[in-house]
Amino acid sequence: MANREERLAAIRRAFPEGSGVVELAGGDMQTLRVDRQALPALARHLKDDPALDFKLLLDVCGVDYPGREERFEVVYHLTSLEHGHRVRLKVPVRENDPVVPSVYGVWRAADWFEREAFDMFGIRFEGHPNLKRILCHPAFQGHPLRKDYDPGQRWLLREGEQEEPAWAKEAQEDEDHFETQVLNLGPSHPATHGTLRTVVRLNGEVITKAETEIGYLHRCFEKMAETHTWNQVIPYTDRLNYCSAMMNGVGYALAVEKMLGVEAPPRAQVIRLILSELSRVMDHIVDVGANLNDVGAMTPFLYMYQGREELYSVLEACCGSRLTMSYVRIGGLSSDTPPDFEDSVRYLLKRIPKLIGDMETLITENRIFRGRTEGVGAISAEDAVDWGWTGPCLRATGVAYDVRKAHPYLGYETYDFKVPVAHAGDTYARYLVRVEEMKQSLRIVEQALERLQPGPIITDNHNVALPPKEDVYTEMESLIWHFKLIMEGMKVPVGESYGYTEAANGELGYYIVSDGGGHPYRIKVRPPCFAIFQAFPHILEGHMVADTVAIMSSLNIIAGELDR
Amino acid sequence: MGNPEVRPSLPVVGGTGTAGAVAKQPDGSRVFLTTKLEKLLDAARKNSLWPLPFGTACCAIEFMSFMMSHYDISRFGAEVVRFSPRQSDLLIVAGTVTDKMAPVMVRIYEQMAEPKYVISMGVCACTGGFYRAYHVVQGIDEFIPVDVYVPGCPPTPEALLQGVVKLQEMISNGETRYQRALAAKRASQAQAGG
Ligand code: SF4
Repeated sequence: MANREERLAAIRRAFPEGSGVVELAGGDMQTLRVDRQALPALARHLKDDPALDFKLLLDVCGVDYPGREERFEVVYHLTSLEHGHRVRLKVPVRENDPVVPSVYGVWRAADWFEREAFDMFGIRFEGHPNLKRILCHPAFQGHPLRKDYDPGQRWLLREGEQEEPAWAKEAQEDEDHFETQVLNLGPSHPATHGTLRTVVRLNGEVITKAETEIGYLHRCFEKMAETHTWNQVIPYTDRLNYCSAMMNGVGYALAVEKMLGVEAPPRAQVIRLILSELSRVMDHIVDVGANLNDVGAMTPFLYMYQGREELYSVLEACCGSRLTMSYVRIGGLSSDTPPDFEDSVRYLLKRIPKLIGDMETLITENRIFRGRTEGVGAISAEDAVDWGWTGPCLRATGVAYDVRKAHPYLGYETYDFKVPVAHAGDTYARYLVRVEEMKQSLRIVEQALERLQPGPIITDNHNVALPPKEDVYTEMESLIWHFKLIMEGMKVPVGESYGYTEAANGELGYYIVSDGGGHPYRIKVRPPCFAIFQAFPHILEGHMVADTVAIMSSLNIIAGELDR
Repeated sequence: MGNPEVRPSLPVVGGTGTAGAVAKQPDGSRVFLTTKLEKLLDAARKNSLWPLPFGTACCAIEFMSFMMSHYDISRFGAEVVRFSPRQSDLLIVAGTVTDKMAPVMVRIYEQMAEPKYVISMGVCACTGGFYRAYHVVQGIDEFIPVDVYVPGCPPTPEALLQGVVKLQEMISNGETRYQRALAAKRASQAQAGG
């Protein structure tokens, strides 16, 4: 891994001082301020220079600073899978000319992220092939994440005003002069498992063109986060990927803790890790089960669901809620685990492998299942990286990138586990990777149980966490801390940070900006399935229409984090 | 001949005591009962609701638990899930409905044949929940009538089961939106005619 100076030198070879690229001091990662004219060439250079090798574009987002002369800032996060290093680019633009060159030509991953920044802030990306709203509906007026947009201002969408792809309205004939058909799947469709919509053009049963429409579950997470205190954001994070709520909260808390410079006590860290890994198992159960269900195998889902109910009971015993846990607090956890926690987790460690075994016996060598999934929805490793894929879907193409190994957090570097990889990149490979990941997660949980020692579960830094109730009743100082935290909320130092963890679907990133107040100034979530799903219509082309459901559920698209 | 007891869930009307309702065979066994056709239909409807899960968000995950082996809605006769509005009579809106999704929901509701019932599952569907925001419908009753509201974020599967049982009671008692509208229509017709 080249260090900061070496990377800067590699950039300076093509962009000497005065060419519109300035390195900003400090920060949680190397940050470059880039003039928009320099952006396209810089993007190319960052990607193609072997010393830099920024092949994976993780995120593009806007931030609004109304007081500044250059009101908007477009922020890019990049990483190199080869070297493991990261960089952040910031391109400022003025309100009266909010135009930035698109980097879609360099990284296709920019496709939907740039559309989102356009939708939310009105920043136009010159050269983008299809720049239109993505999350808000077509009758929406204004750009909701601008600071002067009232969070409660709604716009009604009437029947008949919905978005239709332009090509879907035209009649078209194939080479034999037969009419081709346009078919609409979703947003309310049994196989979309949520609110996704795909429009396809069919020639016979073969898909010749496809387009997806998302945003049907855009419930304004990022705007809501700006109107709540730092801890109040946690329940909202639970509802991003609601199949594994715990991991979203952990990712958020780690990102904020990094800015605050506090750490959760060891016991809290281990519990976070155990519950995160159990959540990963739960998430994979639902995804694999739904995938099997969609290709016609109901039984394994019913088997696996028993295990899931038992997992739920453990979570419920910890925090009182089965699904949307809100168990994490910044600096630790809301409460300690119940006394029988370890026993119930040990029971799960015995029980779940049995269920996984049952499912594997039924499915892994099943001819029908393999026939429906092998070679279906395949993507190459280069394409997957180009589209910004991470997580099990990327690992199914042969790229062994896992944040837990590449940039460990919660002490993952001290656990013995493997990162499963498959090479075909198809639906079957994704199934295999997920099944193996469940087993590895259980291995991690087993080791973590050994390390679970009694101790505090939340930090004693009272700028962050409430003092114990007994002290509030008896000590003046604690009472003051309590009062200040309740009335003003916690304050996070001015600055920005990008926190990232390996969630069930891939890299879950939180880009957080604080202005030092009691509310986050801006939170941008980098949802793993957003990047994955933008490649979906391109994968579909050439497949049979029945393959759409098999491919879609193998990508594990969760509308909550997709649309936020 | 069979069970002499009348099944309590079948509404028996007319007459006083058993005389008007249940006829006796010469040998003393009771074999048939009289009721209004409508009451009989209600009993059938109530015990075989066919839900259409309009699952949009986190609540849909709990809806799955409600269907699956552990909680098992089939104990209450409503396990035949249909994704076609033309085949179902109970719309369960499970999850947040956004302004982008609202026309879709309305279209589905309108495609269902009467009598139809609506359960709003979760605070998001009931009131918008904690999303007081620019793209979220603040309660689906802005757009379609609701029979039963099930609070919770998400409601536990037990709560949703209770919601279904509540709807069944309402059907027995003639309290659903459809039945009330029908009764009101008849009353006004009777008034106009009389
Ligand atoms: S009520 Fe709660 S659990 Fe249900 S959809 Fe809304 S946020 Fe999700």
